[in-house]
Amino acid sequence: MDIRVQAEPFDAGAELNRFAARRGDSGAVVTFSGLVRDDGGLRHMEIEHYPGMTAKALTEIAERAQARWDLRDVLVIHRHGKLRPGEQIMMVATAGAHRAAAFAAADFLMDYLKSRAPFWKKEVTGDGAEWVAAKDTDEAALDRW
Amino acid sequence: MTLDVLYFAWLRERIGLPRERVETDAATVADLVAELTAREDRYAVAFQDLKALRVAVDQELTDFDAPLGTAREVAFFPPMTGG
Repeated sequence: MDIRVQAEPFDAGAELNRFAARRGDSGAVVTFSGLVRDDGGLRHMEIEHYPGMTAKALTEIAERAQARWDLRDVLVIHRHGKLRPGEQIMMVATAGAHRAAAFAAADFLMDYLKSRAPFWKKEVTGDGAEWVAAKDTDEAALDRW
Repeated sequence: MTLDVLYFAWLRERIGLPRERVETDAATVADLVAELTAREDRYAVAFQDLKALRVAVDQELTDFDAPLGTAREVAFFPPMTGG
Protein backbone atom coordinates (compact mmCIF):
# COMPACT_ATOMS: atom_id res chain seq x y z
CA MET A 1 0.00 0.00 0.00
CA ASP A 2 1.29 3.44 -0.92
CA ILE A 3 -0.51 6.50 0.50
CA ARG A 4 0.78 10.00 -0.22
CA VAL A 5 -0.52 13.43 0.72
CA GLN A 6 1.50 16.17 -0.93
CA ALA A 7 1.47 19.70 -2.30
CA GLU A 8 3.75 18.83 -5.22
CA PRO A 9 2.44 17.78 -8.64
CA PHE A 10 2.92 14.15 -9.70
CA ASP A 11 3.25 12.34 -13.02
CA ALA A 12 0.24 10.02 -13.23
CA GLY A 13 1.75 8.04 -16.12
CA ALA A 14 5.01 7.42 -14.30
CA GLU A 15 3.11 6.52 -11.13
CA LEU A 16 0.97 4.02 -13.05
CA ASN A 17 4.03 2.33 -14.56
CA ARG A 18 5.81 2.14 -11.22
CA PHE A 19 2.68 0.82 -9.50
CA ALA A 20 2.05 -1.81 -12.19
CA ALA A 21 5.65 -3.03 -11.88
CA ARG A 22 5.57 -3.41 -8.09
CA ARG A 23 3.76 -6.75 -8.06
CA GLY A 24 4.29 -9.40 -10.68
CA ASP A 25 1.19 -11.36 -9.61
CA SER A 26 -1.33 -8.68 -10.59
CA GLY A 27 -3.29 -9.32 -13.74
CA ALA A 28 -5.25 -6.08 -13.63
CA VAL A 29 -4.54 -2.49 -12.68
CA VAL A 30 -7.27 0.16 -12.57
CA THR A 31 -6.47 3.85 -12.12
CA PHE A 32 -8.57 6.94 -11.61
CA SER A 33 -7.27 10.50 -11.87
CA GLY A 34 -9.13 13.56 -10.58
CA LEU A 35 -8.38 16.85 -12.32
CA VAL A 36 -9.18 20.49 -11.60
CA ARG A 37 -12.12 21.11 -13.94
CA ASP A 38 -12.38 24.51 -15.55
CA ASP A 39 -16.07 25.32 -15.73
CA GLY A 40 -15.16 28.77 -17.02
CA GLY A 41 -13.77 31.53 -14.88
CA LEU A 42 -11.89 29.34 -12.43
CA ARG A 43 -8.52 30.88 -11.58
CA HIS A 44 -7.38 28.20 -9.22
CA MET A 45 -8.50 25.81 -6.55
CA GLU A 46 -7.26 25.75 -2.98
CA ILE A 47 -7.38 22.42 -1.20
CA GLU A 48 -7.16 22.47 2.57
CA HIS A 49 -6.64 19.33 4.62
CA TYR A 50 -6.24 18.16 8.20
CA PRO A 51 -2.58 17.18 8.38
CA GLY A 52 -2.87 15.07 11.54
CA MET A 53 -5.76 13.04 10.18
CA THR A 54 -5.46 12.87 6.40
CA ALA A 55 -2.92 10.09 5.92
CA LYS A 56 -4.57 8.05 8.68
CA ALA A 57 -8.02 8.41 7.10
CA LEU A 58 -6.71 7.49 3.64
CA THR A 59 -4.92 4.45 5.07
CA GLU A 60 -8.08 3.28 6.84
CA ILE A 61 -10.09 3.64 3.64
CA ALA A 62 -7.47 1.69 1.67
CA GLU A 63 -7.38 -1.01 4.35
CA ARG A 64 -11.15 -1.39 4.10
CA ALA A 65 -10.82 -1.90 0.36
CA GLN A 66 -8.07 -4.46 0.86
CA ALA A 67 -10.16 -6.33 3.44
CA ARG A 68 -13.13 -6.46 1.10
CA TRP A 69 -11.55 -7.33 -2.26
CA ASP A 70 -8.72 -9.57 -3.28
CA LEU A 71 -6.21 -6.84 -4.08
CA ARG A 72 -2.48 -7.07 -4.64
CA ASP A 73 -1.79 -3.39 -4.00
CA VAL A 74 -3.38 0.05 -3.54
CA LEU A 75 -2.01 3.51 -4.37
CA VAL A 76 -3.56 6.79 -3.28
CA ILE A 77 -1.99 10.19 -4.03
CA HIS A 78 -3.91 13.31 -3.01
CA ARG A 79 -2.62 16.86 -3.32
CA HIS A 80 -3.37 19.93 -1.25
CA GLY A 81 -2.60 23.62 -1.66
CA LYS A 82 -3.07 25.75 -4.77
CA LEU A 83 -3.96 23.95 -8.02
CA ARG A 84 -4.68 25.40 -11.43
CA PRO A 85 -7.28 24.22 -13.97
CA GLY A 86 -6.17 21.03 -15.68
CA GLU A 87 -3.83 19.98 -12.88
CA GLN A 88 -4.07 16.55 -11.30
CA ILE A 89 -5.66 16.66 -7.85
CA MET A 90 -5.38 13.01 -6.99
CA MET A 91 -5.13 9.49 -8.27
CA VAL A 92 -5.99 6.05 -7.03
CA ALA A 93 -4.73 2.79 -8.44
CA THR A 94 -5.76 -0.72 -7.51
CA ALA A 95 -4.10 -3.95 -8.55
CA GLY A 96 -5.83 -7.31 -8.47
CA ALA A 97 -5.47 -10.75 -9.94
CA HIS A 98 -8.52 -9.97 -12.09
CA ARG A 99 -10.23 -6.78 -13.18
CA ALA A 100 -13.55 -7.05 -11.32
CA ALA A 101 -11.96 -6.56 -7.89
CA ALA A 102 -9.69 -3.79 -9.15
CA PHE A 103 -12.59 -1.85 -10.70
CA ALA A 104 -14.88 -2.26 -7.69
CA ALA A 105 -12.15 -1.29 -5.21
CA ALA A 106 -11.21 1.84 -7.20
CA ASP A 107 -14.88 2.87 -7.28
CA PHE A 108 -15.18 2.26 -3.53
CA LEU A 109 -12.01 4.24 -2.82
CA MET A 110 -13.28 7.22 -4.79
CA ASP A 111 -16.65 7.24 -3.05
CA TYR A 112 -14.97 7.16 0.35
CA LEU A 113 -12.27 9.70 -0.53
CA LYS A 114 -14.97 12.16 -1.56
CA SER A 115 -16.74 12.29 1.77
CA ARG A 116 -14.54 10.59 4.38
CA ALA A 117 -11.08 12.01 3.72
CA PRO A 118 -10.51 15.41 5.39
CA PHE A 119 -10.04 17.64 2.36
CA TRP A 120 -11.95 20.81 1.54
CA LYS A 121 -11.93 22.50 -1.85
CA LYS A 122 -12.25 26.21 -2.43
CA GLU A 123 -12.75 27.65 -5.91
CA VAL A 124 -11.23 31.03 -6.68
CA THR A 125 -12.71 32.95 -9.63
CA GLY A 126 -12.55 36.59 -10.75
CA ASP A 127 -15.64 37.20 -8.62
CA GLY A 128 -14.16 35.90 -5.40
CA ALA A 129 -13.72 32.61 -3.60
CA GLU A 130 -16.24 29.98 -2.62
CA TRP A 131 -16.01 26.71 -0.72
CA VAL A 132 -17.24 23.74 -2.72
CA ALA A 133 -20.30 22.28 -1.00
CA ALA A 134 -20.54 18.54 -0.49
CA LYS A 135 -23.35 16.97 -2.49
CA ASP A 136 -26.05 14.80 -0.94
CA THR A 137 -25.31 12.31 -3.70
CA ASP A 138 -21.72 11.97 -2.40
CA GLU A 139 -23.01 10.82 0.97
CA ALA A 140 -25.68 8.63 -0.65
CA ALA A 141 -23.00 6.97 -2.78
CA LEU A 142 -21.58 5.33 0.36
CA ASP A 143 -24.81 3.38 0.82
CA ARG A 144 -23.87 1.35 -2.25
CA TRP A 145 -21.11 -0.27 -0.22
CA MET B 1 -9.02 19.25 30.83
CA THR B 2 -7.15 21.06 28.10
CA LEU B 3 -8.19 20.43 24.51
CA ASP B 4 -6.75 21.50 21.20
CA VAL B 5 -9.75 22.61 19.16
CA LEU B 6 -9.24 22.84 15.39
CA TYR B 7 -11.39 24.46 12.71
CA PHE B 8 -11.23 23.91 8.96
CA ALA B 9 -12.54 25.45 5.73
CA TRP B 10 -15.39 27.99 6.10
CA LEU B 11 -15.69 27.24 9.79
CA ARG B 12 -12.06 28.34 10.28
CA GLU B 13 -12.77 31.52 8.31
CA ARG B 14 -15.97 32.28 10.21
CA ILE B 15 -14.40 31.77 13.63
CA GLY B 16 -11.25 33.50 12.52
CA LEU B 17 -8.61 31.07 13.71
CA PRO B 18 -7.34 27.62 12.75
CA ARG B 19 -6.88 26.24 16.27
CA GLU B 20 -7.01 27.19 19.90
CA ARG B 21 -6.42 25.68 23.28
CA VAL B 22 -9.59 25.32 25.33
CA GLU B 23 -9.87 24.66 29.04
CA THR B 24 -13.11 22.76 29.55
CA ASP B 25 -15.06 20.29 31.66
CA ALA B 26 -17.34 19.36 28.75
CA ALA B 27 -18.40 15.71 28.87
CA THR B 28 -19.40 15.43 25.22
CA VAL B 29 -18.72 17.15 21.92
CA ALA B 30 -22.18 18.77 22.16
CA ASP B 31 -21.28 20.19 25.60
CA LEU B 32 -18.09 21.65 24.13
CA VAL B 33 -20.07 23.22 21.28
CA ALA B 34 -22.48 24.73 23.83
CA GLU B 35 -19.55 26.23 25.73
CA LEU B 36 -18.02 27.68 22.58
CA THR B 37 -21.28 29.13 21.27
CA ALA B 38 -21.91 30.84 24.64
CA ARG B 39 -18.60 32.67 24.29
CA GLU B 40 -19.11 34.98 21.33
CA ASP B 41 -21.41 35.59 18.40
CA ARG B 42 -18.92 34.34 15.81
CA TYR B 43 -19.00 30.88 17.43
CA ALA B 44 -22.79 30.95 17.71
CA VAL B 45 -23.05 31.83 14.02
CA ALA B 46 -20.50 29.22 12.97
CA PHE B 47 -22.15 26.42 14.98
CA GLN B 48 -25.72 27.44 14.14
CA ASP B 49 -26.50 24.34 12.10
CA LEU B 50 -24.73 21.27 13.43
CA LYS B 51 -26.20 19.16 10.63
CA ALA B 52 -23.94 21.12 8.28
CA LEU B 53 -20.86 20.21 10.33
CA ARG B 54 -18.72 17.18 11.07
CA VAL B 55 -16.51 16.45 14.04
CA ALA B 56 -13.42 14.37 14.67
CA VAL B 57 -12.17 13.49 18.14
CA ASP B 58 -8.48 12.61 18.23
CA GLN B 59 -8.56 12.47 14.45
CA GLU B 60 -11.38 9.95 14.17
CA LEU B 61 -14.77 10.97 12.75
CA THR B 62 -17.50 10.76 15.33
CA ASP B 63 -20.89 12.22 16.33
CA PHE B 64 -21.78 15.32 18.30
CA ASP B 65 -23.08 13.21 21.18
CA ALA B 66 -19.73 11.41 21.51
CA PRO B 67 -18.09 11.56 24.95
CA LEU B 68 -14.81 13.47 25.16
CA GLY B 69 -13.30 11.17 27.79
CA THR B 70 -9.54 11.61 27.66
CA ALA B 71 -9.59 13.31 24.25
CA ARG B 72 -6.80 15.76 23.43
CA GLU B 73 -7.89 17.10 20.07
CA VAL B 74 -11.32 17.97 18.67
CA ALA B 75 -11.71 19.17 15.10
CA PHE B 76 -14.80 20.78 13.57
CA PHE B 77 -15.34 21.14 9.84
CA PRO B 78 -17.93 21.14 7.04
CA PRO B 79 -18.63 17.93 5.10
CA MET B 80 -15.47 16.87 3.32
CA THR B 81 -14.94 17.39 -0.39
CA GLY B 82 -12.02 15.19 -1.29
CA GLY B 83 -11.33 13.29 -4.48
